[in-house]
Amino acid sequence: MKVLVAVKRVVDYNVKVRVKADKTGVELANVKMALNPFCEIAVEEAVRLKEKGVATEIVVVTVGATNAQEQLRTALALGADRAILVEADGAEPLAVAKLLKAIADQEQPGLIIVGKQAIDDDNNQTGQMLAALGGYGQGTFASVVKVEGGKAQVTREVDGGLQTVELALPAVVTTDLRLNEPRYASLPNIMKAKKKPLDIKSPADFGVDVSPRLKTLKVEPPAERKAGIKVKTVEELVEKLKNEAKVI
Amino acid sequence: MTILVIAEHDNASIKGATLNTVTAAQAIGGDIHVLVAGAGAQGAADAAAKIAGVSKVLLADSAAYGHQLAENLGLLIAELGKGYSHVLAPATTNGKNYLPRAAALLDVAQISEISKVVSADTFERPIYAGNAIATVQSSDSIKVITVRPTAFDAAAATGGSAAVEAVGAAHDAGKSSFVGEELAKSDRPELAGAKIVVSGGRGMGNGDNFKILYSLADKLGAAVGASRAAVDAGFVPNDMQVGQTGKVVAPQLYVAVGISGAIQHLAGMKDSKVIVAINKDEEAPIFSVADYGLVGDLFDAVPAIEKLV
Ligand SMILES: Cc1cc2nc3c(=O)[nH]c(=O)nc-3n(C[C@H](O)[C@H](O)[C@H](O)COP(=O)(O)OP(=O)(O)OC[C@H]3O[C@@H](n4cnc5c(N)ncnc54)[C@H](O)[C@@H]3O)c2cc1C
Ligand SMILES: Nc1ncnc2c1ncn2[C@@H]1O[C@H](COP(=O)(O)O)[C@@H](O)[C@H]1O
Repeated sequence: MKVLVAVKRVVDYNVKVRVKADKTGVELANVKMALNPFCEIAVEEAVRLKEKGVATEIVVVTVGATNAQEQLRTALALGADRAILVEADGAEPLAVAKLLKAIADQEQPGLIIVGKQAIDDDNNQTGQMLAALGGYGQGTFASVVKVEGGKAQVTREVDGGLQTVELALPAVVTTDLRLNEPRYASLPNIMKAKKKPLDIKSPADFGVDVSPRLKTLKVEPPAERKAGIKVKTVEELVEKLKNEAKVI
Repeated sequence: MTILVIAEHDNASIKGATLNTVTAAQAIGGDIHVLVAGAGAQGAADAAAKIAGVSKVLLADSAAYGHQLAENLGLLIAELGKGYSHVLAPATTNGKNYLPRAAALLDVAQISEISKVVSADTFERPIYAGNAIATVQSSDSIKVITVRPTAFDAAAATGGSAAVEAVGAAHDAGKSSFVGEELAKSDRPELAGAKIVVSGGRGMGNGDNFKILYSLADKLGAAVGASRAAVDAGFVPNDMQVGQTGKVVAPQLYVAVGISGAIQHLAGMKDSKVIVAINKDEEAPIFSVADYGLVGDLFDAVPAIEKLV
């Protein structure tokens, strides 16, 4: 079974982003970029399926600018076999989902694994949209994935606890934090990754219109909280909560 | 303009997040219809009909919708959504699961987790874990939106008297089935709507130590939350995680105990009215958002607070 994994290049999760002075977006110049953490988990899950003999080949895809090749190389170093870059900068989730659907039609994977959320735009929608367009079942926010007998059993992290669903294959899984703990790429694997195939395509190759549906009018910093105080004792804390803040 | 709000419910009653979503719909303006899709959900539909400001309730009652499977709900909402200017769902794990599916079937974008309505086509939403607020304008014919419940007041649960109309369509995509669930049982208030939240982090040390938080929470009538580190370490279940990728809460009082205050955690609680941080490291970033910071050992402080409240 072939596994398709979609990944996104995002600002590293440790970076505290700053809004640009002209309010057109956040400052990305000289900021550390990385593989979206949920995508790292997606790649890891695919690699584990291959190690178990369930997956035979892992194809990793990204839609992004030329420099997103770096993140594809990272995924290849982690164990993906082949990579595809669709060159389109800033494509919205619906357009990304359409491109992924077109690639899935060509590649015919048994399972598609994506992150639950890209930590830049916090959209949490691409996997669900892809599943809709492909007519696939979806196991979102997955903390356990079992593939057996042509089906996937996915345990999902939901508001009330955990839910398990069974999906016909091919299906889309979106990863949650506790699905696995991604490995680090070893130096030899980083070297090997440089020689793995990486195809570059354009949205036109798939006949997909990537024009945006949303226009960002402005991006602003959130409201600042006013500075608080340090209390010296528990007594002082409780007194303040009762008489100053009046919340208990 | 007519707006369709998808209800969050348990078949018998309506969940609070539905009420916040109705308020977001009111801010857009227009007639508001509520869809209750479930199995044996007449009770929830009757409750939805009483929400102030709702003019019609659509009840889609079928086994196919019993477990809120996204494959089936997506088809239903895409079919019904065609007749509306806006389709809104709360940004719960449920809403986040089915709504993008409906949006894709309608060939429109989804605007995720709006925190403010600027106009009928323009909305604010947090990005980058809430470190920036984007104002976005949609050019789609149907605006499909998830609503961050904490950013909107709850509509009154009573006072309305909408008609309940049955919707025939039973969509079963046949792609997925429900196997089982493990739902956390607790007598404490739900995290999402609680007035007071007491959360523990890695500093709690182990799951057993959470007892001191439960005990304080019970005295305060509070819900208990956690950081990702506490959930990952297995101290507490996943549904307690507060943050960018967990639950977003905005109670009157949030007490962060043994939590360092990573940006991903702050994203889920920094809109709380009053924040208290208890941490033995006076440099911990959590103090930068705390109204009241107490530097000290949580194992001394928490029981001492409990005695005084
Ligand atoms: C993609 C992604 C998504 C994430 N999403 C979330 C999310 O939704 N929610 C979330 O919370 N995190 C999230 N995180 C993780 C986040 O980055 C932090 O790792 C996490 O919040 C840290 O948890 P913590 O504060 O409990 O642990 P730590 O950072 O280890 O802090 C423990 C604190 O406890 C204090 N302490 C220890 N012992 C005591 C004591 N006896 N008395 C008093 N204080 C004590 C220490 O001084 C320290 O400040 C995410 C990370 C990533 C990469
Ligand atoms: N530009 C992209 N290219 C490839 N995959 C993407 C892209 N954007 C989002 N994804 C996938 O969809 C997941 C969820 O992203 P989002 O819906 O944007 O929050 C990510 O973790 C990726 O797996």
